[in-house]
Amino acid sequence: MGLFVLRRLGVMLLTAIALTFVVFYLTNLQPNLEKLARTEGSVRMTEEAVQDWIAQNGHSGSVFMRYGQWLGVVPGWTYTDEKGQMRGRCFEIGQDAAAAPNYCGLLQGNWGYSTFFKTPVMDSLGEKLAATGWLMLAVMLVMVPTSLLLGVLSGMREGSATDRTLSTFSIASTATPEYVSGVVLVALFATAATGLSPILAEYGLIEPKKTLFLASATSAMDDITFWNFALPVMTIALYGIGYIARMTRASMTEVMTQQYIRTARLKGVPFQTVVMRHALRNALIAPFTVIMLQFPWLLNGVVIVESLFNYKGFGWTLVQAASNNDIPLLLACSVVAVVVVLLTQLISDIGYVFLNPRIRLA
Amino acid sequence: MTAVAPDTAWDPSQPILEIEHLSISFFTRLREIPAVMDFSCTVMAGEAMGLVGESGCGKSTVALGVMRELGKNGRIVAGSIKFKGRDLAKMSDEELRHIRGSEIAMIYQEPMASLNPAMKVGAQLAEVPMLHSGMSKDAAWKLAREIVADVRLPDPDRIINAYPHQLSGGQQQRIVIAMALMAKPALLILDEPTTALDVTVEAGIVDLVKELGKKYGTSMLFISHNLGLVMDVCDRICVMYSGEAVETGNVVEVFDEMRHPYTQALFRSIPLPGADKNARPLISIPGNFPLPHERPPGCNFGPRCDYFQKGRCDAAEVPMYPVPVGDRHATRCFRWEEIDWNAPPAKREVKQKAEIGRVVLKMEDLRKYYSVSGGAFGGGAKKVVKANETLSFEAREGETLAIVGESGCGKSTFAKVLMGLETATSGSIMLFDENVQSTPIQKRNTDTVSQVQMVFQNPFDTLNPSMNVGRQIIRALEIFKHGKSDEERHLRMLELLDLVKLPRAFAERMPRQLSGGQKQRVGIARAFAGGAKVVVADEPVSALDVSVQAAVTDLLMDIQRENKTTLLFISHDLSIVRYLSDRVMVMYLGHVVEMGTTDQVFAPPYHPYTEALLSAVPIADTKVIRKRIVLEGDIPSAMNPPPGCPFQTRCRWKSQVPGNLCETEVPPVQVLEGGHQVKCHLSREVLAQMEPVIKVAAE
Repeated sequence: MGLFVLRRLGVMLLTAIALTFVVFYLTNLQPNLEKLARTEGSVRMTEEAVQDWIAQNGHSGSVFMRYGQWLGVVPGWTYTDEKGQMRGRCFEIGQDAAAAPNYCGLLQGNWGYSTFFKTPVMDSLGEKLAATGWLMLAVMLVMVPTSLLLGVLSGMREGSATDRTLSTFSIASTATPEYVSGVVLVALFATAATGLSPILAEYGLIEPKKTLFLASATSAMDDITFWNFALPVMTIALYGIGYIARMTRASMTEVMTQQYIRTARLKGVPFQTVVMRHALRNALIAPFTVIMLQFPWLLNGVVIVESLFNYKGFGWTLVQAASNNDIPLLLACSVVAVVVVLLTQLISDIGYVFLNPRIRLA
Repeated sequence: MTAVAPDTAWDPSQPILEIEHLSISFFTRLREIPAVMDFSCTVMAGEAMGLVGESGCGKSTVALGVMRELGKNGRIVAGSIKFKGRDLAKMSDEELRHIRGSEIAMIYQEPMASLNPAMKVGAQLAEVPMLHSGMSKDAAWKLAREIVADVRLPDPDRIINAYPHQLSGGQQQRIVIAMALMAKPALLILDEPTTALDVTVEAGIVDLVKELGKKYGTSMLFISHNLGLVMDVCDRICVMYSGEAVETGNVVEVFDEMRHPYTQALFRSIPLPGADKNARPLISIPGNFPLPHERPPGCNFGPRCDYFQKGRCDAAEVPMYPVPVGDRHATRCFRWEEIDWNAPPAKREVKQKAEIGRVVLKMEDLRKYYSVSGGAFGGGAKKVVKANETLSFEAREGETLAIVGESGCGKSTFAKVLMGLETATSGSIMLFDENVQSTPIQKRNTDTVSQVQMVFQNPFDTLNPSMNVGRQIIRALEIFKHGKSDEERHLRMLELLDLVKLPRAFAERMPRQLSGGQKQRVGIARAFAGGAKVVVADEPVSALDVSVQAAVTDLLMDIQRENKTTLLFISHDLSIVRYLSDRVMVMYLGHVVEMGTTDQVFAPPYHPYTEALLSAVPIADTKVIRKRIVLEGDIPSAMNPPPGCPFQTRCRWKSQVPGNLCETEVPPVQVLEGGHQVKCHLSREVLAQMEPVIKVAAE
């Protein structure tokens, strides 16, 4: 087991390096750097001035060397201008170049300086990730139990009325994209003009607030309440619930037709126990992968929902970084995404072993 | 031991199970499909009742009906199933649940599929007493351990903590049996309990079932298609055909004095190892099994019956007639009193055996090793699986060479190497003076490929389900570059259908519209499409019903006679091997342990493994006396074979060999008289003293 995890971590590291290099290469393409020069310097720079700016700010040279610098395995760039003033990756203008470290990249904890937020990437990203973390946690807590319950309930008696009702719900919910369900939910629950809120307000049920839920989650950044957090969570969870419930149902119906389920029934095991003790564990093997795949998906999914509800988390940051050509921030986002994807897949592989005794890891 | 006492007082002299006029139907959107009609039988305390018939005859439906486990569509439409005097058909689900597992238990066909893969064996066993007698968990696990030891599994402490996939097929079946015995049931239903197992393993399981039945006084309902097995285990038998019981009675009576034409036809269609193939040729039952919604009026067996009388047999439903002299013997035949049951079967034309010609296939010192890694993710030490070890033989034109052995003996690997699906590790395969051992099938030329063809074990999976039969045969012809135009190939395809005795109209049919036997005929037509000279038949009839087996076997032999084909017949069924092969090769763990003509192999001196194999085959003949040699343990893993002789771990003759020769050296091949080869350390004197396993008692 230990050896397996080690080996997988090694593979993960290689994958992470390969993937971040791809992102690095794409964000550091020449036109992109020219655009950066014009936004950072001046819009009216001449062609030569742009090239000079690129060279003077450490963006010239081989892409591998620059990637190495960003990673922190190649010494950071330095540049001495005509006035004899030194600039470099690892120190601010005016600082003593000699006292600064040679290497300053990811490995040294230097994730770069966000050109958009004007703060070190580490600081802004950390805060945003925490915000998204809370959102994801809330979504998972709602989504996983609900969807498993729905899936098991509809899968244990295939074709029954329960199955059909729940299946209709799952299909409808997973067929509705977040930007649709988000808007619908806001219209239904979070405006003072339409939906449920005016009716409830009339009866005085939701005093002193005007609406049942809040359509903006900005205040949840400081203080999460049911009032301001329910809608973004529901919007993401609804889609996932349908999806996981369908997977669980498929897996459950298949397990229920297995001969060992018949064996259990003919042993005289009550139906409830058959489902709980004999079917459930076997039926969870397939949805488990799907659930673990939800983490990376959530990281993408939050882009839309965070923008919709103005919740300043990872997804919102990603959108800002991309639209403002903030290369260090984009790179940092990609590192986070890659690590999350790989870690969840590792966890899912290990979890497999506990669910399915037939699988043995080296 | 807290066995649940029956709720109502029940007189042990009364039958345990009494099924009366039971009818079970399955309901689809289109129609009601009657699966079982007017079925009656009684099982007394301690009695073993055998239920035999071909697939689709309703024998499993009866068993599941007793358990009231018919699925959503199945329903008991008439009749009663009385268990200890109480009607199961009218019980509530809750009452039923208390009977299931505690008073009636079931043993299933596929042990692997019947055990929960994600639960430890012990937990699955312990569940039964915890559920039915409220036993504590510790006590239940202790009982589980006892019962596991009772079914003669080695190292019960390890086994109860194992998961099902960690056990071999035979061990799994013993666990299923143990599970059934946990609550000491009064009635045990066994649904083809050994069909998925090897014969030597089967012999062990059958012995166990018989012994436990005696020990616990359990009644048994034993479902099987294997008549020999039923004779071994059961006291009474009930023969089913197309949803009806056609004959029932004492096993010996039914076997020796059958009073129903179907029973007679069934017996005539199975090969018996004790009988001579010329004196007692196989006779297949003409026609096909009727589909449940296409049953003929009157007697269901009428259209296939030799004694059919128009206007009488198809006039009205036939009731069961008691046969007066017998012991509760009854038959569902109008004419049972008129038929001369002792008349010999109609003479068949004696077919001349094709002349055996020159050598077409020669294997020398063939080896096939696979290397597998130890760990599941590619790590660990490399291990070598020796699937075939020094295989040498020749096969001649027009000859049938049978290759016999249990699963894992390397017979399928051998077929793959010959076909070119795998290449040999060393040695040579000469096909018509051409060396093909290292040419994979992609690189073989069309000629070679069309000359060596294969008939597969499972006709259900080997036909493309979305292509009609004619198209599939034409496709083979195209690949073999046969014929110049489409018309020519079409004509040839029709000829091939004639060759395998299928109506030409079948060319337009889809595989799902064919029965198993018909599908296998299509498979044979495809194999012979390119004029194959060597045909490897990998268990071609083992997936088919007995009455169809005979017809398909005969077909293969007819084609062989006409085309002078060399047939390599891979099988584990010694009865059929004895019936059709000229020479036999017995394999064990990749080694050829014995080879010779059919007569040499089936008569002493035997290789000790052949002897055990022969003794394990159940024979449906009351006049045959056979020696029981039950092999202990399982076949060793090919990954980790024993040192020395591969069979030494299970051999009963080992003590006759001086020293520890068996453990240390692979035995040499001894050539006995007539070219009979035996790979054994036993001296010629000991070999000569061996007694025949199968003896026909004097009449």
